[in-house]
Amino acid sequence: MAKIIGLPKLSPTMEEGTLVAWIKKEGDEVEVDDLLAEVETDKATMEFRSFDRGVLLKILVPEGETLEPDVPVAIVGKAGEDISDLLTQVATRSASASASAPVSAPEAVSAAGAVTESVAAAESVAATQSAAESAPESASAAVSGRVLSSPLVRRLARERSIDLGSVRGSGPHGRIVKRDVESYPGAPVTRVSGERLPPRVEKASSMRRTIARRLTESMQTIPHYYLTIDVDIAPLSDARKAMNAELEAAGRKVSLNDLIVKAAAVALQRVPEVNASWMDKEIHYHQVVDISIAVAVEEGLMTPVLRDADRKGVAQIADEVRELAGRARDKKLQPEEMTNGTFSISNLGMFGIEEFTAVINPPEGAILAVGTIRNEPVVEAGAIVPGRRMRFTMSCDHRIIDGATGAKFMAAFKRIVESPLNMLL
Amino acid sequence: MRELRYREALREAMLEEMRRDGNVFLMGEEVGHYQGAYKVSEGLLDEFGERRVIDTPIAEAGFAGVGIGAAMVGLRPIIEFMTWNFSFVAFDQIISNAAKVYQMSAGAIQVPIVFRGPNGAAKQVASQHSHSCAPFYTSIPGLHVIQPSTPRDAKGLLKSAIRSNNPVVFLEGETLYGVMGDVPDEGVEELIPIGQSRLARPGTDCTIVTWGRPYYTVLAAAERLAAEGIECEVIDPRTLRPLDTALMVQSVKKTNRCVVVHEHWPYGGPGAEIVDRLQREAFDYLDAPLERVTGLDVPMPYALNLEDKVLPTEERVIDAVKRVSYAK
Repeated sequence: MAKIIGLPKLSPTMEEGTLVAWIKKEGDEVEVDDLLAEVETDKATMEFRSFDRGVLLKILVPEGETLEPDVPVAIVGKAGEDISDLLTQVATRSASASASAPVSAPEAVSAAGAVTESVAAAESVAATQSAAESAPESASAAVSGRVLSSPLVRRLARERSIDLGSVRGSGPHGRIVKRDVESYPGAPVTRVSGERLPPRVEKASSMRRTIARRLTESMQTIPHYYLTIDVDIAPLSDARKAMNAELEAAGRKVSLNDLIVKAAAVALQRVPEVNASWMDKEIHYHQVVDISIAVAVEEGLMTPVLRDADRKGVAQIADEVRELAGRARDKKLQPEEMTNGTFSISNLGMFGIEEFTAVINPPEGAILAVGTIRNEPVVEAGAIVPGRRMRFTMSCDHRIIDGATGAKFMAAFKRIVESPLNMLL
Repeated sequence: MRELRYREALREAMLEEMRRDGNVFLMGEEVGHYQGAYKVSEGLLDEFGERRVIDTPIAEAGFAGVGIGAAMVGLRPIIEFMTWNFSFVAFDQIISNAAKVYQMSAGAIQVPIVFRGPNGAAKQVASQHSHSCAPFYTSIPGLHVIQPSTPRDAKGLLKSAIRSNNPVVFLEGETLYGVMGDVPDEGVEELIPIGQSRLARPGTDCTIVTWGRPYYTVLAAAERLAAEGIECEVIDPRTLRPLDTALMVQSVKKTNRCVVVHEHWPYGGPGAEIVDRLQREAFDYLDAPLERVTGLDVPMPYALNLEDKVLPTEERVIDAVKRVSYAK
């Protein structure tokens, strides 16, 4: 038997929704949990998924219409079924504009078993839950419009101002039980509508205070400027592949970052003016290449130093960087392992960042910021070919590194990266 | 402390109270010369003689009525039913007289009487002799109903019952007479107050309220659950009327969940009464619906395999605890 489908309440606070787009067309087969339409609510554009199986016989509202929950939006049934009665029902309803809702979401759920190809009730609940999976805001309210929760949870919610509409229930039928609110991450920070809570105050850790002090000092005292260069990363990437094939038997591996460290170290040898520090009335030109590697750790950032990077092979660099980063994350680095670097490298490519500017780690003179690999068309000899590109941005201390010097370094670095054999020179 | 059997603890209670107070006497079928159908009154005839340990004909309505009359004129009778199943022929005496005289005489006449005997299923005594009688008697205002699970509670509560000026229904466990347990040393008198629950096992995760024979089923189930990381707190109400829920409420506020386990049928009775009170007195602390594990809602079958299914089992207790704990 065909049935009228009402606009579901897709967030606990949804008072109206705009039917942004119909994904299914009239005549389309519909499975339980199929995406029927997209609906913009007060929170976000949400997926409107089907509780029923059958054929979408009639779309009752055009795209762009803003409606209250439960307003009939479609009719689902068997192919070729007579729906004239239902259409009359819809027409009568809209004519009387009655406040009562003849087709409500809970009915739609409980009636699912009776509809079309008889979907078991349990299945329809599961479907509802999987719909909630993709739309976390709707949580347990999606099942019945009522948030199911234990009396204990209701008391806790009152006491801690938890908005139960945003909590997913793990009990039977999505009931919110104690463990759900205990593990609820925002337990004390949720908002009851209209109420504004003060910020959560936390004492800054000593690591955060050190980061704050050093980076503020850096930005306030060092005249930063930035040089960005776009590089063909394919040769270095291929070199890495070849090296790893060779290292595989020994169970070792090098990363692209290890090769970039090595390339930067070689470039620092070629343009040593960049490997320098401003020390008030003196400039120190370093005779070693010690590269600080920025490592993200829990609640902060550390910069272990790889000593003599210019004199080490890539495989050794790989081993040492991995070991240093591991100890940084375990907070087991000695202070002297984090000081007296001469140049820094920071890589956010793994997060998909294309390019960024980094803050110089004083008293070093420069820091190289590494972006992600971009697969994109490039023009080569007048023809468009697939390219693998990467962008590097160096922040320089203008007190010691002038623009031309920095640019000279970036050019040398690019030559090495694009022709890795240059590292052997 | 020393270890005594449940039956020995009951015997000591009667012995001590009969020595203490010459108005206390025992009357019932086979309580004297046969030394008690379950040997609870063993030796009492020898010490107190036929005036105070009285064998009766098979006539429960008669000797229950004689006992009530004796209580009304100042004696303190202990009326033994060979089993509580036989109390049904004395039902009118217990309900219409023992429970009513104090109110109908406007407080002028008290009925200090104890009706006692074995209660509940034993082994293959079939539907007519397996009644768990608490629901019948707990529904009557004017009666106190006690159902002890351990030897210590049996002794301490029977002594209090004999000293009480109210008619008391004292339900002993037919299968518990041989159970051993700690009882205070000879010469150390312990009167356990009527209407006071006891913490039988401390725990943090789920409260279980139970009494009588299932008390032991629950303690075994609690050990198995503990091995899986669920620590149950077990509470024995001991007295079913008046009912003390304070300890249960305190426990449920801590564990947020509760299973009530009893042998009597599920329809009404103290099990349902406890659930009713807890859902009100601890409503804001409940994380799951209260559950009960009960004797199944059928006349007791004779077949042993079926009888085992009807009585609460460790598995049913474990399942219920896991359900209310939302555990797999």
